[in-house]
Amino acid sequence: MFSRDRWLEIFDTIKKNKLRTFLSGFTVALGILIFVVLFGFGNGLDNTFDKYFKDDALNTMWINTGRTSKPYMGYKANRQIEFDNDDLKDISSRFAFYIEGITPRISTSANVGYKLKSNNYSVRGVAPSHQKNEMTIMMKGRYINGLDVENKERNIVIGRLVKEDLFDGEDAIGKFVFGEGRSWKVVGVFQDDGGDNEERIVYVPYTTLQLIQKNTDKLRQIIISYKPELGYGGAVAFEDQIKKYLKKKKFIDPRDPRGIRIRSAAKDLKENDQFKSALSSIILFVGIGTLLAGIIGISNIMVFVVKERTKELGIRKAIGATPRSIIGMILQEAIFITTISGYIGLFIGIGILKLVGNALEEEYYITDPYVDLNTGILATFLLIAFGAFAGYLPAKRAARIKPIEAIRDN
Amino acid sequence: MIQIKDLHKSYKMGSNSLHVLKGINFNVKEGELVAIMGSSGSGKSTLLNILGMLDLLDKGTYDLDGVPIKDLDETKAANYRNKFLGFVFQSFNLINYKTALENVTLPLYYQGVNRKEREAKALEYLDQVGLKEWATHLPSELSGGQKQRVAIARAMITQPKVLLADELTGALDSKTSKEVMALIQEINKSGKTILIVTHEEDIAKMCSRIVRLKDGIIMEDKRNKMVKAI
Repeated sequence: MFSRDRWLEIFDTIKKNKLRTFLSGFTVALGILIFVVLFGFGNGLDNTFDKYFKDDALNTMWINTGRTSKPYMGYKANRQIEFDNDDLKDISSRFAFYIEGITPRISTSANVGYKLKSNNYSVRGVAPSHQKNEMTIMMKGRYINGLDVENKERNIVIGRLVKEDLFDGEDAIGKFVFGEGRSWKVVGVFQDDGGDNEERIVYVPYTTLQLIQKNTDKLRQIIISYKPELGYGGAVAFEDQIKKYLKKKKFIDPRDPRGIRIRSAAKDLKENDQFKSALSSIILFVGIGTLLAGIIGISNIMVFVVKERTKELGIRKAIGATPRSIIGMILQEAIFITTISGYIGLFIGIGILKLVGNALEEEYYITDPYVDLNTGILATFLLIAFGAFAGYLPAKRAARIKPIEAIRDN
Repeated sequence: MIQIKDLHKSYKMGSNSLHVLKGINFNVKEGELVAIMGSSGSGKSTLLNILGMLDLLDKGTYDLDGVPIKDLDETKAANYRNKFLGFVFQSFNLINYKTALENVTLPLYYQGVNRKEREAKALEYLDQVGLKEWATHLPSELSGGQKQRVAIARAMITQPKVLLADELTGALDSKTSKEVMALIQEINKSGKTILIVTHEEDIAKMCSRIVRLKDGIIMEDKRNKMVKAI
């Protein structure tokens, strides 16, 4: 194995049989390349999935209002349901045992500007606990706090991209931006793993937003984070209770599916997990399939290579090659070629994934495709092992053929 | 040099058994140049294969230079072939992607001789067969006679006790045949034992002894006044 002479002999054979070398090398390299790229794309899909569904905290419940579809207790159907600030307090006190945090969300959009630059951004009026629900990460400054809400302060927290758009390199904290004809003090800059759109948002105290919007106390959406200890069962029970309570409070027919809708991550999570495991199975299936195709390819080529060399092997035997040295030579050559080309395929594949990067995110939902190097090396190793195995059987047979028969076989 | 006693060999052909060699008794002394003749099916190639340890005997004994050749497994046979025997074939059997020089060095590679020594020695043997200038040429760039001379150099490089040739002129024209036979005679003159399987009378006449086989037994075994090839 480590004899220099053996290696020289093998290099010589490789050098002088370029087509054969190329064919087997190409098969392995291509097999690994396709495996790495497909597997990487699969992982990219998986990443996108995680990103879309893991952006929000999992112990979150969204309560949305809509129009009723049934008349009830003297109220007509098609009535728009709205919450107000008192509902918020009532829910908090009544379900204090379940609730970790509660916040309304008022969504609107506004033109926000600084100096000469301005742009249209989504505006959300929120309470402090919203930060946890959205998993907003503060880069600088602070989030909306209780005092902001209480005093209806015109403080604003801006997304990383908003800051980039308006401020360039300038520090934003403490500066005043204008919006809705007023000036707002920037108290914080945040980032969010939920993607670019999530970073083009500005947050303000919901009370301030209500004040500006004709001084109402109406709310359309409430977000609750319940205590994680509740678990899946507890969360579902809590959801039922709160739904009943709110329907009663707002005079909605208990059988009316509209009016109030509650979406909880607990239910989503279960469905998502199923979807994700299906996705993982597909990725695994594709990976194994590709690898199998590669293994069959290299096996075929090895059988062909040994067949082609039968006469040569016979000659070598006639002049003194032992069966061991014949098998050793074929295997060492095969393993050498597959190893080198396997790693070439591996690195080209990884290179392609790096090159693609996030370019396919928008249209194909492939985010940050990657293959964990260990998987790649394992795949390469498998191809090498099977290539060697596929070479071993015919090599053994060739080594056993009587040289005289091999030589006569013209 | 070679002692064969009561050699039998048969091949299984489906359910039948074909008895090819039916008791051969045959001795060769050192330095002889023996032609083994016979029509096809006479068993001459089988005899050569057994002598060359390319095939196993069923019954009888075979001693080569005092060493009993028996219980051969593949590895042992390969080592004996490498040490004791040189082969020359009708179809030359050079490795087509290796140069003349590399082909000649190959038996030494399997003896574990180092590269420099191998190449020096191979060049020396190529010189002896008159092909030193052709050392770096591939077999496809050589004529038939040249290929056979490369094959002879390859067979000789291990300094075997016996050189076995199977129809070595079969693929050559008569002029080239004579040249190759002249080379064989020259090698024989230096004391090497050589066995040639042939069906050509004039090739046989260039040997010092002619053995005729028919239906698996020796019909005739006589000394011959060696005719000079050239």
